[in-house]
Amino acid sequence: MRIKQHPILDFEPKRPILFRYNNQEVIGYEGDTIAAALHAAGIKVLSFSMVEKRPRGFYCAIGNCGSCHMTVNGVPNVKTCLTMLEEGMEVVSMETKVK
Amino acid sequence: MRTTELLIIGGGPAGLMAAKTALEAGAQVTLIDRNNRLGGQLIKQTHKFFGSEKQYAKTRGLTIAEKLITDLEDYHDRLKICLNTTALGLYRDRVVTTVCNDTYDKIHPQAIIVATGAFEKCLAFENNDLPGIYGAGAVQTLMNLYGVLPGKEIVMVGSGNIGLIVSYQLIQAGVRVKAVLEAAPVIGGYKVHASKLRRLGVPILTSTTVQKAIGSLEIEKIVTVKLDSNWQAIEGSEAEIYVDALCVAVGLSPMHQLLSMADIQMCYVSELGGLVPHVSEDYETSLDSVFVAGDVTGVEEASSAIVEGAIAGLMAAKKMNHLHPEADRILCEYRTQLDNLRSGPCGCKIRNGLGKLKENQHVG
Ligand SMILES: Cc1cc2nc3c(=O)[nH]c(=O)nc-3n(C[C@H](O)[C@H](O)[C@H](O)COP(=O)(O)OP(=O)(O)OC[C@H]3O[C@@H](n4cnc5c(N)ncnc54)[C@H](O)[C@@H]3O)c2cc1C
Ligand code: FES
Repeated sequence: MRIKQHPILDFEPKRPILFRYNNQEVIGYEGDTIAAALHAAGIKVLSFSMVEKRPRGFYCAIGNCGSCHMTVNGVPNVKTCLTMLEEGMEVVSMETKVK
Repeated sequence: MRTTELLIIGGGPAGLMAAKTALEAGAQVTLIDRNNRLGGQLIKQTHKFFGSEKQYAKTRGLTIAEKLITDLEDYHDRLKICLNTTALGLYRDRVVTTVCNDTYDKIHPQAIIVATGAFEKCLAFENNDLPGIYGAGAVQTLMNLYGVLPGKEIVMVGSGNIGLIVSYQLIQAGVRVKAVLEAAPVIGGYKVHASKLRRLGVPILTSTTVQKAIGSLEIEKIVTVKLDSNWQAIEGSEAEIYVDALCVAVGLSPMHQLLSMADIQMCYVSELGGLVPHVSEDYETSLDSVFVAGDVTGVEEASSAIVEGAIAGLMAAKKMNHLHPEADRILCEYRTQLDNLRSGPCGCKIRNGLGKLKENQHVG
């Protein structure tokens, strides 16, 4: 869900960016972080905790807490709340410990 | 290893203002911020600020940030700005380690101003890790920077100014705020902000907190509970509210980690939000030539962050023999402004906190 109308801010339409989340195609927009694009597409569960497998979403959105970690283009533990979305990114949920 | 005269860590209002006065005094400055833009908390603030006219009250936060950033444009020959750059370590020999896009670096400046701001506290309750539960700052970032809604129906936990302001911003963005919960018997924030919400029909439930969140993969509803005068849950007072997001605004805590790492003298003062550094009148810490300004010295407001930044910038420059032409006059002015900002009933908590910090310094 994106903001359509706002009394103070202007959100102009931006260039769409195609990427993949767990092998599923998702569209985000230029200027989005990965977490923001996923959230806008209705995806709140980013990963699962290592031991108890509890679902994880983002919490702080500024890089403080580590709750938004995902594997991006093969690299684990990427903070998706800070990482800007790029065309063709492969974004995958983390479920197991990284060796 | 890189060198610079003055390194400022954090480009919020405190760091930006510190850069300005240090540059005016003639220093050479490197300003780093881990974010991809300058402005700190201010860039998310769409509301008109409270505080004193001198620190841009009645101006929207994001406009204040723009103003502080443009003020630095004249000095590009002596100012280096590094964005997406996080300070990872601060050592006693004043070496700072940084990372920018996977590249590690070391900087050895003559003086440092730490202006890292504060981070949001979280709250302990059952299932507080469910997706859909966010800090108030995260909700603001999502809405006001990326134009994305956190949910359709939300409950806010905390009625301090941040909880009240973010609730209002949520409504402006088209979200339904079902209630604001406040554990204390009274509303924490300013009356103007609370009245605005009440006029829009948002109930502010005092002596009430969230007991648990419920949902399989994402938050679906919460259970609230009333608290008695000893902050104990009153049995039988539980109630359910359906939500697709919950926003937690229970206060901020100074981002002290870099200071603690360098073994700078610190003190826990609850009124100031947590661990804060002991500072001299010039905002210098116990480590020579390491200064601090803004929320990292104790959680306050943008207005005081700006003034502290100005003082720290001047004094750090002075330490390197860069004397601002009007140093004495403006220092005196800034010190008076700080006193004024902290006067009156609203400044009581800060005055108490600073008093405790001082007492401790004499003992320590
Ligand atoms: C919802 C809300 C409403 C508010 N309303 C008002 C108001 O009406 N009036 C008012 O006066 N104040 C208000 N404030 C408070 C005000 O925004 C803060 O007090 C002020 O921004 C503090 O300034 P600062 O420079 O100390 O920290 P910040 O603005 O938090 O800036 C710190 C900067 O440091 C950077 N940083 C942190 N750690 C590192 C690191 N290790 N390496 C590199 N960079 C780092 C961060 O990215 C950030 O840019 C409000 C705050 C909020 C959240
Ligand atoms: S949500 Fe906290 S680090 Fe990304």
